Amino acid sequence: MKVSYYPGCSLHATAKEYDQSVRAVSGALGIELKEIEDWSCCGASSAHMTNFKLSVALPARNLVSAEKDGLNMMMVPCAACFNRFKTAQFYLKRDEKLRIETENIVGEEYKGSIEVKNPVDFIFNEIGLDTLNKKVTRKLSGLKPVSYYGCLLLRPPEICEFDNYENPYMMDAIMKILGAESRPWSYKTDCCGGSLTLGKTEIVVHLVDKLMRMAKEAGANCLVTACPICMANLDMRASEGMRLPAFYFTELIALAMGVGGPDKWFKMHNVDPRPLLDSLGLI
Amino acid sequence: METFLDKVNERIGNVPIQRCYHCRKCTAGCPVTFAMDYNIDTIIKMIQMGKEDEVLNSSTIWLCASCETCITRCPNEVDIARMMDVLREMAIESGVRIKEKNILKFHEAFLSSVKMGGRINEPLMIVDYKLKSGDYFSDMAMGISMFMKGKLTLFSPRTKDMKSVKKIFEETKK
Ligand code: SF4
Ligand code: SF4
Repeated sequence: MKVSYYPGCSLHATAKEYDQSVRAVSGALGIELKEIEDWSCCGASSAHMTNFKLSVALPARNLVSAEKDGLNMMMVPCAACFNRFKTAQFYLKRDEKLRIETENIVGEEYKGSIEVKNPVDFIFNEIGLDTLNKKVTRKLSGLKPVSYYGCLLLRPPEICEFDNYENPYMMDAIMKILGAESRPWSYKTDCCGGSLTLGKTEIVVHLVDKLMRMAKEAGANCLVTACPICMANLDMRASEGMRLPAFYFTELIALAMGVGGPDKWFKMHNVDPRPLLDSLGLI
Repeated sequence: METFLDKVNERIGNVPIQRCYHCRKCTAGCPVTFAMDYNIDTIIKMIQMGKEDEVLNSSTIWLCASCETCITRCPNEVDIARMMDVLREMAIESGVRIKEKNILKFHEAFLSSVKMGGRINEPLMIVDYKLKSGDYFSDMAMGISMFMKGKLTLFSPRTKDMKSVKKIFEETKK
Protein backbone atom coordinates (compact mmCIF):
# COMPACT_ATOMS: atom_id res chain seq x y z
CA MET A 1 0.00 0.00 0.00
CA LYS A 2 1.43 3.33 -1.03
CA VAL A 3 0.48 6.52 0.80
CA SER A 4 1.55 10.12 0.83
CA TYR A 5 3.62 11.14 3.86
CA TYR A 6 3.90 14.51 5.56
CA PRO A 7 6.50 14.45 8.35
CA GLY A 8 6.24 18.12 9.36
CA CYS A 9 8.89 20.18 11.10
CA SER A 10 8.99 18.59 14.53
CA LEU A 11 9.55 15.10 13.12
CA HIS A 12 12.79 16.40 11.66
CA ALA A 13 13.93 17.78 15.00
CA THR A 14 12.58 17.23 18.52
CA ALA A 15 10.44 14.27 17.40
CA LYS A 16 13.05 12.46 15.33
CA GLU A 17 12.35 9.17 17.06
CA TYR A 18 8.69 9.47 16.04
CA ASP A 19 9.61 9.92 12.37
CA GLN A 20 12.09 7.06 12.45
CA SER A 21 9.74 4.70 14.25
CA VAL A 22 6.80 5.54 11.95
CA ARG A 23 9.02 4.81 8.95
CA ALA A 24 10.35 1.57 10.45
CA VAL A 25 6.93 0.30 11.47
CA SER A 26 5.36 1.29 8.16
CA GLY A 27 8.08 -0.57 6.29
CA ALA A 28 7.53 -3.68 8.39
CA LEU A 29 3.76 -3.49 7.85
CA GLY A 30 4.06 -3.11 4.11
CA ILE A 31 3.15 0.55 3.90
CA GLU A 32 5.19 2.51 1.40
CA LEU A 33 5.54 6.18 2.36
CA LYS A 34 5.97 8.78 -0.36
CA GLU A 35 7.19 11.98 1.27
CA ILE A 36 5.44 15.06 -0.10
CA GLU A 37 7.55 16.92 -2.61
CA ASP A 38 9.16 20.07 -1.19
CA TRP A 39 6.74 20.31 1.73
CA SER A 40 6.54 23.35 3.96
CA CYS A 41 5.35 23.97 7.53
CA CYS A 42 1.58 23.74 8.18
CA GLY A 43 1.70 26.82 10.42
CA ALA A 44 0.74 24.77 13.50
CA SER A 45 -0.96 26.67 16.31
CA SER A 46 0.74 29.95 15.65
CA ALA A 47 -0.92 30.53 12.28
CA HIS A 48 -4.50 29.84 13.31
CA MET A 49 -4.08 31.64 16.60
CA THR A 50 -3.18 34.84 14.84
CA ASN A 51 -4.21 34.67 11.15
CA PHE A 52 -6.99 32.44 9.84
CA LYS A 53 -6.25 32.73 6.10
CA LEU A 54 -2.61 31.89 6.64
CA SER A 55 -3.66 28.84 8.65
CA VAL A 56 -5.60 27.53 5.64
CA ALA A 57 -3.14 28.52 2.90
CA LEU A 58 -0.08 26.86 4.48
CA PRO A 59 -1.61 23.36 4.66
CA ALA A 60 -3.24 23.91 1.25
CA ARG A 61 0.17 24.35 -0.36
CA ASN A 62 1.14 20.86 0.86
CA LEU A 63 -2.19 19.26 -0.01
CA VAL A 64 -1.88 20.55 -3.55
CA SER A 65 1.63 19.15 -3.80
CA ALA A 66 0.48 15.77 -2.45
CA GLU A 67 -2.46 15.61 -4.86
CA LYS A 68 -0.02 15.66 -7.76
CA ASP A 69 1.25 12.22 -6.74
CA GLY A 70 -2.19 10.79 -7.40
CA LEU A 71 -2.38 8.88 -4.10
CA ASN A 72 -5.64 9.00 -2.20
CA MET A 73 -4.40 8.86 1.35
CA MET A 74 -1.92 10.89 3.33
CA MET A 75 -0.36 9.90 6.61
CA VAL A 76 0.35 12.72 9.05
CA PRO A 77 1.95 11.50 12.29
CA CYS A 78 2.14 14.86 14.10
CA ALA A 79 -1.22 15.45 15.79
CA ALA A 80 -0.84 19.22 15.42
CA CYS A 81 -0.18 19.01 11.68
CA PHE A 82 -2.99 16.44 11.35
CA ASN A 83 -5.38 18.85 13.01
CA ARG A 84 -4.34 21.74 10.76
CA PHE A 85 -4.71 19.67 7.60
CA LYS A 86 -8.14 18.40 8.59
CA THR A 87 -9.25 21.91 9.56
CA ALA A 88 -8.03 23.41 6.28
CA GLN A 89 -9.84 20.67 4.32
CA PHE A 90 -13.00 21.25 6.33
CA TYR A 91 -13.10 24.97 5.57
CA LEU A 92 -11.99 24.59 1.95
CA LYS A 93 -14.84 22.17 1.31
CA ARG A 94 -17.43 24.26 3.08
CA ASP A 95 -16.49 27.72 1.85
CA GLU A 96 -16.24 28.14 -1.90
CA LYS A 97 -15.06 31.75 -1.67
CA LEU A 98 -12.23 30.76 0.65
CA ARG A 99 -11.26 27.90 -1.67
CA ILE A 100 -10.98 30.19 -4.70
CA GLU A 101 -9.04 32.76 -2.70
CA THR A 102 -6.71 30.07 -1.36
CA GLU A 103 -6.13 28.60 -4.82
CA ASN A 104 -5.11 32.04 -6.02
CA ILE A 105 -2.68 32.45 -3.15
CA VAL A 106 -1.19 28.99 -3.59
CA GLY A 107 -1.25 29.33 -7.36
CA GLU A 108 -2.76 25.93 -8.04
CA GLU A 109 -6.03 24.07 -8.07
CA TYR A 110 -7.11 22.28 -4.90
CA LYS A 111 -9.03 19.10 -5.68
CA GLY A 112 -9.74 17.82 -2.18
CA SER A 113 -8.95 14.29 -3.35
CA ILE A 114 -6.80 13.13 -0.45
CA GLU A 115 -7.94 11.64 2.82
CA VAL A 116 -5.72 12.73 5.71
CA LYS A 117 -5.13 10.13 8.40
CA ASN A 118 -3.00 9.88 11.49
CA PRO A 119 -1.04 6.63 12.01
CA VAL A 120 -3.16 5.45 14.97
CA ASP A 121 -6.24 5.42 12.79
CA PHE A 122 -4.24 4.09 9.87
CA ILE A 123 -2.79 1.11 11.68
CA PHE A 124 -6.07 0.32 13.44
CA ASN A 125 -8.36 0.61 10.42
CA GLU A 126 -6.27 0.15 7.27
CA ILE A 127 -3.75 -2.43 8.50
CA GLY A 128 -5.92 -4.00 11.17
CA LEU A 129 -5.18 -5.62 14.50
CA ASP A 130 -5.03 -9.14 13.04
CA THR A 131 -2.19 -8.28 10.71
CA LEU A 132 -0.42 -6.45 13.50
CA ASN A 133 -0.89 -9.40 15.82
CA LYS A 134 0.80 -11.75 13.36
CA LYS A 135 3.86 -9.52 13.28
CA VAL A 136 4.35 -9.29 17.04
CA THR A 137 7.32 -11.41 17.98
CA ARG A 138 7.76 -10.33 21.58
CA LYS A 139 4.92 -9.44 23.94
CA LEU A 140 5.52 -6.33 26.02
CA SER A 141 4.52 -8.05 29.26
CA GLY A 142 4.74 -5.94 32.36
CA LEU A 143 4.49 -2.69 30.51
CA LYS A 144 1.48 -0.79 31.82
CA PRO A 145 0.91 2.28 29.71
CA VAL A 146 -1.91 4.77 29.87
CA SER A 147 -2.81 5.90 26.36
CA TYR A 148 -2.67 9.65 26.12
CA TYR A 149 -4.42 11.02 23.05
CA GLY A 150 -4.45 14.70 23.96
CA CYS A 151 -6.52 17.26 22.05
CA LEU A 152 -5.43 17.59 18.50
CA LEU A 153 -6.19 14.11 17.17
CA LEU A 154 -9.76 14.25 18.38
CA ARG A 155 -11.17 17.72 18.54
CA PRO A 156 -13.32 19.16 17.22
CA PRO A 157 -14.88 15.79 16.37
CA GLU A 158 -16.65 16.87 13.17
CA ILE A 159 -13.26 17.93 11.78
CA CYS A 160 -10.95 15.21 13.12
CA GLU A 161 -13.32 12.29 12.50
CA PHE A 162 -11.55 10.17 15.10
CA ASP A 163 -13.60 7.36 16.63
CA ASN A 164 -15.04 7.90 20.05
CA TYR A 165 -13.68 11.34 20.84
CA GLU A 166 -14.58 11.39 24.55
CA ASN A 167 -13.29 7.90 25.25
CA PRO A 168 -10.96 6.88 22.42
CA TYR A 169 -9.78 3.27 22.39
CA MET A 170 -7.68 2.67 19.25
CA MET A 171 -4.29 3.23 20.84
CA ASP A 172 -5.36 1.15 23.87
CA ALA A 173 -6.38 -1.69 21.56
CA ILE A 174 -3.04 -1.52 19.75
CA MET A 175 -1.20 -1.65 23.10
CA LYS A 176 -3.13 -4.76 24.11
CA ILE A 177 -2.15 -6.50 20.86
CA LEU A 178 1.48 -5.76 21.72
CA GLY A 179 0.97 -7.53 25.03
CA ALA A 180 1.10 -4.36 27.10
CA GLU A 181 -1.40 -3.96 29.88
CA SER A 182 -3.08 -0.75 28.85
CA ARG A 183 -4.54 0.92 31.96
CA PRO A 184 -7.91 2.65 31.90
CA TRP A 185 -7.89 6.24 33.13
CA SER A 186 -9.97 9.39 32.89
CA TYR A 187 -7.39 11.71 31.39
CA LYS A 188 -6.99 10.31 27.87
CA THR A 189 -8.00 13.51 26.17
CA ASP A 190 -7.04 16.17 28.71
CA CYS A 191 -4.89 18.97 27.36
CA CYS A 192 -1.16 19.22 28.17
CA GLY A 193 -1.00 22.94 27.42
CA GLY A 194 0.43 22.39 23.95
CA SER A 195 1.88 25.49 22.44
CA LEU A 196 2.08 27.37 25.75
CA THR A 197 5.24 25.44 26.51
CA LEU A 198 7.66 28.30 25.82
CA GLY A 199 5.48 31.35 26.41
CA LYS A 200 3.83 30.11 29.61
CA THR A 201 5.83 27.18 30.93
CA GLU A 202 4.36 27.20 34.45
CA ILE A 203 0.88 26.38 33.12
CA VAL A 204 2.26 23.40 31.20
CA VAL A 205 4.13 22.12 34.27
CA HIS A 206 0.89 22.27 36.24
CA LEU A 207 -1.03 20.32 33.57
CA VAL A 208 1.66 17.71 32.98
CA ASP A 209 2.13 17.09 36.70
CA LYS A 210 -1.58 16.39 36.96
CA LEU A 211 -1.36 13.89 34.09
CA MET A 212 1.57 12.11 35.72
CA ARG A 213 -0.20 11.96 39.07
CA MET A 214 -3.32 10.51 37.48
CA ALA A 215 -1.36 8.01 35.39
CA LYS A 216 0.33 6.70 38.53
CA GLU A 217 -2.96 6.55 40.35
CA ALA A 218 -4.29 4.40 37.49
CA GLY A 219 -1.42 1.97 38.05
CA ALA A 220 0.56 2.90 34.96
CA ASN A 221 4.34 2.67 34.70
CA CYS A 222 4.56 4.74 31.51
CA LEU A 223 2.55 6.84 29.05
CA VAL A 224 2.10 6.38 25.35
CA THR A 225 1.22 9.09 22.86
CA ALA A 226 0.93 9.88 19.16
CA CYS A 227 1.70 13.58 19.34
CA PRO A 228 5.11 15.28 19.33
CA ILE A 229 3.81 18.23 21.34
CA CYS A 230 2.28 15.98 24.01
CA MET A 231 5.50 13.96 24.00
CA ALA A 232 7.72 17.01 24.40
CA ASN A 233 5.62 18.23 27.31
CA LEU A 234 5.32 14.82 29.00
CA ASP A 235 9.01 14.11 28.52
CA MET A 236 10.38 17.48 29.60
CA ARG A 237 7.90 19.44 31.68
CA ALA A 238 6.96 17.21 34.62
CA SER A 239 8.43 18.20 37.97
CA GLU A 240 11.11 16.07 39.50
CA GLY A 241 9.66 13.14 41.41
CA MET A 242 6.57 13.14 39.19
CA ARG A 243 8.11 11.73 36.05
CA LEU A 244 7.12 8.57 34.23
CA PRO A 245 8.70 7.62 30.91
CA ALA A 246 6.65 8.36 27.81
CA PHE A 247 6.75 6.63 24.42
CA TYR A 248 5.53 7.23 20.92
CA PHE A 249 3.15 4.36 20.22
CA THR A 250 5.15 3.46 17.11
CA GLU A 251 8.31 2.97 19.21
CA LEU A 252 6.48 0.30 21.18
CA ILE A 253 5.12 -1.35 18.04
CA ALA A 254 8.68 -1.52 16.69
CA LEU A 255 9.90 -3.00 19.97
CA ALA A 256 7.21 -5.69 19.93
CA MET A 257 7.80 -6.50 16.26
CA GLY A 258 11.53 -6.78 16.79
CA VAL A 259 12.19 -4.07 14.23
CA GLY A 260 15.61 -2.44 14.62
CA GLY A 261 15.81 1.06 16.01
CA PRO A 262 14.34 1.27 19.53
CA ASP A 263 17.72 1.35 21.31
CA LYS A 264 18.67 4.36 19.21
CA TRP A 265 15.36 6.15 19.87
CA PHE A 266 15.07 5.54 23.61
CA LYS A 267 18.42 7.28 24.12
CA MET A 268 16.91 10.48 22.77
CA HIS A 269 14.25 10.68 25.47
CA ASN A 270 14.71 13.11 28.30
CA VAL A 271 13.17 10.70 30.83
CA ASP A 272 15.16 7.58 30.05
CA PRO A 273 12.75 4.64 29.56
CA ARG A 274 15.53 2.05 29.47
CA PRO A 275 15.67 1.28 33.22
CA LEU A 276 11.95 0.41 33.15
CA LEU A 277 12.26 -1.72 30.00
CA ASP A 278 15.35 -3.37 31.37
CA SER A 279 13.64 -4.23 34.66
CA LEU A 280 10.87 -5.94 32.67
CA GLY A 281 13.35 -7.81 30.52
CA LEU A 282 12.17 -6.06 27.37
CA ILE A 283 15.52 -4.74 26.18
CA MET B 1 -23.74 50.88 13.93
CA GLU B 2 -21.93 47.58 14.02
CA THR B 3 -21.43 46.52 17.61
CA PHE B 4 -18.48 44.59 19.03
CA LEU B 5 -20.79 41.56 19.21
CA ASP B 6 -21.66 41.88 15.49
CA LYS B 7 -18.00 42.11 14.55
CA VAL B 8 -17.06 39.04 16.54
CA ASN B 9 -19.98 36.99 15.19
CA GLU B 10 -19.24 37.99 11.63
CA ARG B 11 -15.64 36.90 11.86
CA ILE B 12 -16.44 33.61 13.55
CA GLY B 13 -18.88 32.89 10.72
CA ASN B 14 -20.64 30.18 12.69
CA VAL B 15 -23.52 30.09 15.15
CA PRO B 16 -23.88 33.48 16.87
CA ILE B 17 -22.35 33.47 20.33
CA GLN B 18 -25.55 34.74 21.94
CA ARG B 19 -26.84 31.18 21.58
CA CYS B 20 -24.88 30.69 24.79
CA TYR B 21 -27.19 30.20 27.77
CA HIS B 22 -24.37 30.37 30.31
CA CYS B 23 -24.38 26.80 31.52
CA ARG B 24 -20.60 27.24 32.03
CA LYS B 25 -19.75 23.82 30.75
CA CYS B 26 -16.99 25.43 28.67
CA THR B 27 -15.41 27.07 31.69
CA ALA B 28 -15.73 23.90 33.77
CA GLY B 29 -13.93 21.81 31.16
CA CYS B 30 -11.27 24.31 30.14
CA PRO B 31 -7.83 23.17 31.32
CA VAL B 32 -6.53 26.71 31.68
CA THR B 33 -9.40 28.36 33.59
CA PHE B 34 -7.26 28.46 36.74
CA ALA B 35 -4.80 30.84 35.11
CA MET B 36 -7.25 33.10 33.25
CA ASP B 37 -8.35 36.54 34.35
CA TYR B 38 -11.95 36.08 33.11
CA ASN B 39 -13.90 32.86 32.75
CA ILE B 40 -14.82 31.90 29.21
CA ASP B 41 -18.55 32.44 29.62
CA THR B 42 -17.75 35.79 31.24
CA ILE B 43 -15.89 36.77 28.06
CA ILE B 44 -19.05 35.98 26.09
CA LYS B 45 -21.11 38.16 28.42
CA MET B 46 -18.54 40.97 28.12
CA ILE B 47 -18.71 40.80 24.32
CA GLN B 48 -22.49 41.13 24.52
CA MET B 49 -22.06 44.13 26.78
CA GLY B 50 -19.71 45.76 24.30
CA LYS B 51 -16.68 45.71 26.57
CA GLU B 52 -14.27 45.62 23.67
CA ASP B 53 -11.20 47.04 25.40
CA GLU B 54 -11.46 44.78 28.44
CA VAL B 55 -11.90 41.68 26.29
CA LEU B 56 -9.06 42.48 23.90
CA ASN B 57 -6.87 43.38 26.87
CA SER B 58 -7.56 40.19 28.77
CA SER B 59 -5.09 37.41 29.42
CA THR B 60 -7.83 34.84 28.76
CA ILE B 61 -7.65 35.22 24.98
CA TRP B 62 -3.91 34.48 24.99
CA LEU B 63 -3.95 31.68 27.54
CA CYS B 64 -6.49 29.65 25.58
CA ALA B 65 -4.50 26.63 24.41
CA SER B 66 -6.86 25.81 21.52
CA CYS B 67 -7.60 22.39 22.92
CA GLU B 68 -11.16 22.63 21.53
CA THR B 69 -12.71 21.02 24.62
CA CYS B 70 -15.17 23.90 24.94
CA ILE B 71 -16.68 23.66 21.45
CA THR B 72 -16.76 19.88 21.65
CA ARG B 73 -18.88 20.01 24.78
CA CYS B 74 -20.97 23.15 24.35
CA PRO B 75 -24.65 22.16 24.10
CA ASN B 76 -25.25 25.09 21.75
CA GLU B 77 -22.32 24.64 19.37
CA VAL B 78 -20.79 27.95 20.33
CA ASP B 79 -17.35 27.83 18.71
CA ILE B 80 -15.35 29.35 21.53
CA ALA B 81 -11.99 28.09 20.24
CA ARG B 82 -12.60 29.95 16.97
CA MET B 83 -13.87 32.94 18.96
CA MET B 84 -10.55 33.04 20.85
CA ASP B 85 -8.65 33.02 17.53
CA VAL B 86 -10.82 35.90 16.29
CA LEU B 87 -10.31 37.89 19.49
CA ARG B 88 -6.53 37.44 19.25
CA GLU B 89 -6.59 38.64 15.65
CA MET B 90 -8.65 41.65 16.68
CA ALA B 91 -6.32 42.43 19.58
CA ILE B 92 -3.32 42.40 17.24
CA GLU B 93 -5.07 44.57 14.66
CA SER B 94 -6.39 47.12 17.14
CA GLY B 95 -2.96 47.71 18.64
CA VAL B 96 -4.15 47.35 22.24
CA ARG B 97 -1.58 46.49 24.86
CA ILE B 98 -1.24 42.70 24.64
CA LYS B 99 -1.63 41.19 28.09
CA GLU B 100 0.45 38.05 27.54
CA LYS B 101 3.28 39.44 25.47
CA ASN B 102 5.48 36.37 25.50
CA ILE B 103 2.81 34.19 23.98
CA LEU B 104 2.40 36.53 21.03
CA LYS B 105 6.20 36.76 20.75
CA PHE B 106 6.37 33.00 20.54
CA HIS B 107 3.86 32.97 17.67
CA GLU B 108 5.79 35.73 15.90
CA ALA B 109 9.07 33.88 16.26
CA PHE B 110 7.44 30.69 15.01
CA LEU B 111 5.88 32.29 11.95
CA SER B 112 8.94 34.30 11.03
CA SER B 113 10.92 31.07 11.06
CA VAL B 114 8.43 29.54 8.61
CA LYS B 115 8.58 32.65 6.46
CA MET B 116 12.37 32.46 6.36
CA GLY B 117 12.89 28.79 5.58
CA GLY B 118 9.51 27.28 4.80
CA ARG B 119 9.99 24.96 7.75
CA ILE B 120 10.68 25.53 11.41
CA ASN B 121 14.28 25.51 12.38
CA GLU B 122 13.79 24.86 16.08
CA PRO B 123 17.12 26.20 17.47
CA LEU B 124 16.91 29.39 15.45
CA MET B 125 13.25 29.82 16.32
CA ILE B 126 14.00 29.42 20.03
CA VAL B 127 16.87 31.92 19.88
CA ASP B 128 14.62 34.37 18.04
CA TYR B 129 11.90 33.89 20.67
CA LYS B 130 14.42 34.42 23.46
CA LEU B 131 15.66 37.63 21.89
CA LYS B 132 12.11 38.89 21.35
CA SER B 133 10.88 37.99 24.84
CA GLY B 134 14.04 38.72 26.83
CA ASP B 135 13.54 35.34 28.53
CA TYR B 136 17.12 34.18 27.97
CA PHE B 137 17.86 31.56 30.54
CA SER B 138 14.90 29.26 31.07
CA ASP B 139 15.32 25.90 29.35
CA MET B 140 19.00 26.53 28.65
CA ALA B 141 20.16 23.23 30.19
CA MET B 142 17.40 21.35 28.43
CA GLY B 143 18.29 22.93 25.12
CA ILE B 144 21.92 21.91 25.49
CA SER B 145 20.98 18.36 26.39
CA MET B 146 18.67 18.09 23.37
CA PHE B 147 21.40 19.45 21.18
CA MET B 148 23.78 16.79 22.45
CA LYS B 149 21.20 14.11 21.71
CA GLY B 150 21.09 15.25 18.12
CA LYS B 151 17.52 16.48 18.37
CA LEU B 152 18.23 20.10 17.62
CA THR B 153 20.08 20.29 14.37
CA LEU B 154 21.26 23.64 13.12
CA PHE B 155 21.06 22.80 9.45
CA SER B 156 17.82 21.03 8.69
CA PRO B 157 16.66 20.88 5.06
CA ARG B 158 14.46 23.76 4.04
CA THR B 159 11.71 24.22 1.52
CA LYS B 160 13.25 24.89 -1.88
CA ASP B 161 10.46 26.82 -3.52
CA MET B 162 10.54 29.72 -1.07
CA LYS B 163 8.83 32.04 -3.53
CA SER B 164 5.54 30.23 -3.04
CA VAL B 165 5.88 30.36 0.75
CA LYS B 166 6.69 34.08 0.73
CA LYS B 167 3.71 34.68 -1.52
CA ILE B 168 1.41 32.97 1.00
CA PHE B 169 2.67 35.26 3.75
CA GLU B 170 2.35 38.36 1.57
CA GLU B 171 -1.15 37.65 0.39
CA THR B 172 -2.63 36.61 3.70
CA LYS B 173 -1.31 39.70 5.44
CA LYS B 174 -4.13 42.08 6.25
S1 SF4 C 1 -20.80 25.66 27.16
FE1 SF4 C 1 -21.74 26.85 25.53
S2 SF4 C 1 -23.75 27.43 26.33
FE2 SF4 C 1 -22.53 26.73 28.07
S3 SF4 C 1 -21.63 28.64 28.89
FE3 SF4 C 1 -20.16 27.78 27.45
S4 SF4 C 1 -20.61 28.76 25.50
FE4 SF4 C 1 -22.35 29.08 26.83
S1 SF4 D 1 -10.01 25.83 23.40
FE1 SF4 D 1 -9.23 27.38 24.77
S2 SF4 D 1 -11.03 28.15 25.83
FE2 SF4 D 1 -11.61 26.21 24.88
S3 SF4 D 1 -11.32 24.71 26.52
FE3 SF4 D 1 -9.44 24.77 25.31
S4 SF4 D 1 -8.10 26.24 26.33
FE4 SF4 D 1 -10.18 26.54 27.11
